[in-house]
Amino acid sequence: MIEQDWIWGLVGGLMIGAGGAVYLLGNGRIMGASGILGGLIDGSGRSTAAERLVFLAALLVTPALLIPLYSVDISTHVTDNWAVLVAAGLAVGIGTRIANGCTSGHGVCGISRLSLRGIAATVAFLVAGGVSLVVFRHILGVI
Amino acid sequence: MRLIFSALAGALFGAGLFVSGMTDTRKVQGWLDIFGNWDPTLAFVMGGAILPMALAWWVTTRRSASLIGVPFPPRAEPVLDRRLIGGSVLFGLGWGLAGLCPGPAIASLSYGGTGGLVFLAAMLAGMAVSPVMARLLDSSRAAA
Repeated sequence: MIEQDWIWGLVGGLMIGAGGAVYLLGNGRIMGASGILGGLIDGSGRSTAAERLVFLAALLVTPALLIPLYSVDISTHVTDNWAVLVAAGLAVGIGTRIANGCTSGHGVCGISRLSLRGIAATVAFLVAGGVSLVVFRHILGVI
Repeated sequence: MRLIFSALAGALFGAGLFVSGMTDTRKVQGWLDIFGNWDPTLAFVMGGAILPMALAWWVTTRRSASLIGVPFPPRAEPVLDRRLIGGSVLFGLGWGLAGLCPGPAIASLSYGGTGGLVFLAAMLAGMAVSPVMARLLDSSRAAA
């Protein structure tokens, strides 16, 4: 199974990058999930609300349509600890908006442009993610 | 055309997150957990995604505007500030804690159960209050 995982990862990654390329070359916009969603939440993206909503709808619906074609386990294995989910959700929501990007915007779109800010942000959230696992899994044992 | 490009981009993004396994929080936490049972899948996803995007950025240098006529996003000033790093650190802590970032949180909503909904609700609340938090971060710098 592990041998196949990296192939599916690469295939899926190419699809994600192709999506970003369509958004950039078609609409002239950076495909960043937190920015597209966050702009609707805080009102800063009101003038481009239609393209944001269509993007998010397609992002939500497409995996649902693919599920019947899949025979493998698709469980997200998400924790059922609500305190962890709320704390993590708040941190992700606040952090990505303050930093103006997440894994897609800074990670995929920023690194591929050799953007200093994108690279620095990606290093910061990867290191913090690693620290998070050390603290919350190995030291505190809450996840 | 604008909405067709949006739908196509969202569909490719969602399909890519789904087939790559990036909506599985175990794989994401497995990548971040270098002291556990390390899972390298995320590196292949990132690498795979960066290839077509790098090509797309190269194309933007050969064209004056996007297909619908909107100018390409300008390059940000290469300045590393407190918002960028502080925000990214906060994001990374939450990302590791739940194994979800904004894209997969939306993509997995139809099959992620109650936990996925709770995470999304908290993330939306965080996004709603983020302008206030950003100002707090700025004023703490002014006071320092």
